[in-house]
Amino acid sequence: MSTVLDAPGAVAPPRAPAGLRRRAAWGGRARAAAFATLSLAACVALWQLAASRHWDLGVLSFRLVPPPLEVLQAGWELVHSPRLLQHLGYSLWRVATGFVAAALLGIVLGLLIGRLRWARAVLLPPLEVLRPIPAVAWIPLSILMFPSSELSMIFITFVGALFPVLLNTVHGAEAVDRRLVAAARSLGTRPDRLFLQVVLPSAAPAIVTGLSIGMGTCWFCLVSAEMISGQYGIGYYTWASYTVQDYASIVVGMLLIGVLGMGSSVLIRSAGRTLMPWQRIAEERA
Amino acid sequence: MTAASSLTREDRALPRDRLAAAALTAAPAGAGRIVARDLCIALGRGADRFEALHDVSFEIEPGEFVCLLGPSGCGKSTLLGALAGHVEASRGALSVDGAPVAGSGPERGLVFQHHTLFPWLRVVDNVAYGLRMRGVPGAERRERATRLLDQVGLREFARHYPAQLSGGMQQRVEIARVLINEPRILLMDEPFGALDALTRLRMQELLVGLWSARRPTVVFVTHDIDEALFLADRILVLGPRPGRLVDVLPVPATRPRTADWLTDPRFGHLKRHCLRLLRHEERQEPLERLSPIGLPEAPPSSWRFAS
Repeated sequence: MSTVLDAPGAVAPPRAPAGLRRRAAWGGRARAAAFATLSLAACVALWQLAASRHWDLGVLSFRLVPPPLEVLQAGWELVHSPRLLQHLGYSLWRVATGFVAAALLGIVLGLLIGRLRWARAVLLPPLEVLRPIPAVAWIPLSILMFPSSELSMIFITFVGALFPVLLNTVHGAEAVDRRLVAAARSLGTRPDRLFLQVVLPSAAPAIVTGLSIGMGTCWFCLVSAEMISGQYGIGYYTWASYTVQDYASIVVGMLLIGVLGMGSSVLIRSAGRTLMPWQRIAEERA
Repeated sequence: MTAASSLTREDRALPRDRLAAAALTAAPAGAGRIVARDLCIALGRGADRFEALHDVSFEIEPGEFVCLLGPSGCGKSTLLGALAGHVEASRGALSVDGAPVAGSGPERGLVFQHHTLFPWLRVVDNVAYGLRMRGVPGAERRERATRLLDQVGLREFARHYPAQLSGGMQQRVEIARVLINEPRILLMDEPFGALDALTRLRMQELLVGLWSARRPTVVFVTHDIDEALFLADRILVLGPRPGRLVDVLPVPATRPRTADWLTDPRFGHLKRHCLRLLRHEERQEPLERLSPIGLPEAPPSSWRFAS
């Protein structure tokens, strides 16, 4: 089931040129969908075969892996149990708070660092030191630092999303066209309004890219945090299923995490498209 | 040759009647006298520092249409940038209506060669931008922007985004965006240089129409001799290395200018004179093109996230 895996911290995928996209649009799309379905079906069939025959490949064993049908059954049961909403609610709440905090701080710091020399000199060194530390490595310390495990989990998702947002905002703010800034000044824009009027909208496409990558890392970090210190949540559900030897539910949890991560990234991207109609026009013209 | 094609009068993009009506109601220009005294401008830092403009002195009267003519790298865009307040003088004085130029402001509108419209704003909001910065309420600024769009023949495109317009249309929006501030001085950096010949001609006529209705002082940078002779009251010819004033040529033609001016012996005489000046000055290797906002920026500092 490789389709739901979303590599955390990955960069935005490169896009095909507009002409190519348009030409390939219709006939190509149907064929691509057919291939995708076939490939997925083959994966599931292989999984079924491996799990039902209890394949043992030496280093890799399918002895305890539940077959797809069992997973489907476990998923069906979860959908009809009140626990689903509880787990979902907790996970979504943690992701939302951590993500929003990271987005706000990342955008503000990114704009400052990208545009102001003093902000870069002051803020960048500590951020540079913290950046290579994986969010998961923060888990023990955050349990010590925060009064509740709830807050420490939110903090982990916050750390996970912060750097992709910050990094992309800095790049976006650096790349603002100097002529746009000069034009805005000549039209009577005071320096303090320049940020909101010119820098922010100029950097907006880069910021949206950062937000959508940050959303992915957010889920990745949340699940790790929940596995270690949670009582509810999808990550906790996955890990708890392992401890009670409910193996089918592990896979259900995994799939659920994948779907949620993918769904929220799609949500960010389509929100970006709605908020930036000029981007779509420029892309179509390109 | 662009001016020669101005004899064809079939262009419909130009709303003449509306321009004429605007001329009657236009407010008297609020002055706009420019004085430069021994102006020197140095660009770059350290060992790379060089003089882009050397000892330039001139006066421009309120409401005058002046073209700065010269080869690339002669500092004409730099001079424009100094007038706009984006480039600082290193020596000498530059003043507008008696006050030294310090920083940029909406009373000195700047139009670039390649459009600098805000891509995220609709055309009408681009034009209304200056009013928004002055705190004019939304309904009023949209109404005034729409009226101005009407005068440049783009009323139907008010709700479009800049990327949906052609180059000439974008340049018209740019001019409208600057004019809405009712600038005393209109600074233009080869504004029609990137347009095709026919569009350029229409734009020249539109500009002259807008100018006669409002009479701001216009400083228009170009390297096209015909364009300068067609538009200007006076031509300041600049030469390179270092950029300096080579000659000042009054254009004796009356307005409105017609085909007669283009076949006038004085037109040919002035054109030959300009060509001789430019050829003489251009014998050296060409220089990097300067812009009204100074030198191209150095690449962002050494820092990068180690990603």
